[in-house]
Amino acid sequence: MRHIISIKDFEKRDIETLLDRAEAIDAGTYDRHALDDRILGVLFFEPSTRTRMSFEAAMARLGGTSIDMGGVEASSVVKGETLADTIRVVSGYADAIVLRHPKEGAARLAAEFSSVPVLNAGDGAGQHPSQTLIDLYTIRQAMPLDRIDVGLLGDLRYGRTAHSLAYALTEFNVTIHTLAPQSLEMPPNVMEGLKDRGVEVVRHDDIEEFTASLDVMYVTRIQRERFPDTASYYAVASSYRVTPELLERAREQMIVLHPLPRVDEIDPGVDALPHARYFEQARNGIPIRMALLLGVIG
Amino acid sequence: MSGEPRCLQISPIRNGTVIDHITPGEAFNVLRILGITGTTEERLSVATNVVSRKSERKDIVKIENRELRKQEVDRIALIAPNATINIIRNYLVCDKKGVEIPEILRGVIRCPNPGCITNTREPVQSRFEVTAKGLHCLYCDWYLTEDIAGHII
Repeated sequence: MRHIISIKDFEKRDIETLLDRAEAIDAGTYDRHALDDRILGVLFFEPSTRTRMSFEAAMARLGGTSIDMGGVEASSVVKGETLADTIRVVSGYADAIVLRHPKEGAARLAAEFSSVPVLNAGDGAGQHPSQTLIDLYTIRQAMPLDRIDVGLLGDLRYGRTAHSLAYALTEFNVTIHTLAPQSLEMPPNVMEGLKDRGVEVVRHDDIEEFTASLDVMYVTRIQRERFPDTASYYAVASSYRVTPELLERAREQMIVLHPLPRVDEIDPGVDALPHARYFEQARNGIPIRMALLLGVIG
Repeated sequence: MSGEPRCLQISPIRNGTVIDHITPGEAFNVLRILGITGTTEERLSVATNVVSRKSERKDIVKIENRELRKQEVDRIALIAPNATINIIRNYLVCDKKGVEIPEILRGVIRCPNPGCITNTREPVQSRFEVTAKGLHCLYCDWYLTEDIAGHII
């Protein structure tokens, strides 16, 4: 039984195999009945649109069905049930469980109590491995994953997608560039982890110089709730806005990614530029999650 | 040899445990780890900053009628890696061993990350891997590098 808990559990070969499988699915080469009679238990303890819907859509495209516990307020969680008990019960109903939870390490705990594979759909500020695979897949559609400069911009402190992607990139020959407000810089333990894995990390404080250095710009949302007041949020958020004017300084082939939802960090004027790949990135959630589901219960 | 008269600073015990060569200053943390407070009934002796032949200073704790469990020894190893545990029966040392920090610590350390799932009422013990960089939480991936004594459960 294989659980999908952390991108750190993947080696380069695993990632490439999975991306190849997603590419074949994208090209229409897959069995539409591969997961007939299989059931996916969808346990989301936090709000999510893309991740939940794309897992459900991926399951449906392979012939399977999903059962959803609904919102937390409508579940046994309000009666005080532990995650461990919820997992033990649902693993009796479903062939796999996809879990989104606000606590870090929740997916690892769930895997200990589950009799079916667990797929981590984001745990706190921890891991979001399927999003990272989508990010890598979208980059690979545009360029090889070797010898490229990838920039991470925005909330690098709490942004689990940025941490997870940075770790995955250490499996490739990549230079990582970072740009974040001082209070939202990459945590020291993540920086240390990247250093241990031998990847070069270049910190920037000038967005124009940062933009000009990149093949991939990965933008994350600066979360308003982290700031003491609206004014200080806007002071930071507006300094990191990606605009068509800024992208005039970018390399011609540079692509802009964002795990979405975006708020103000990318000007809508960027959407029409060839750099913008975030909607393709969101669409890529389907083949990647189909490949993951086939890998664990196919 | 100094001119000070040689005498026993702590009297021998009949049955129990002597924890010797504790890092100076850690004796009271050892007591805390063992759950020994002012209201517990064990007869115990504590000596701090005792002159030692092996190291300049050491602390010693002697506890009557109590032999330590493995998990207690694991906890002591974290704050006093050079400590030795002597099991005393009828005034004789019947077992003497050093402490050893295990590769994995289960239920010994409280994760410093308030967002870690182990800090909730889930039915799991914390699990830390001992690495050269510190203690690594195997659930949430955090590293504990300082004030380890303050995080011992």
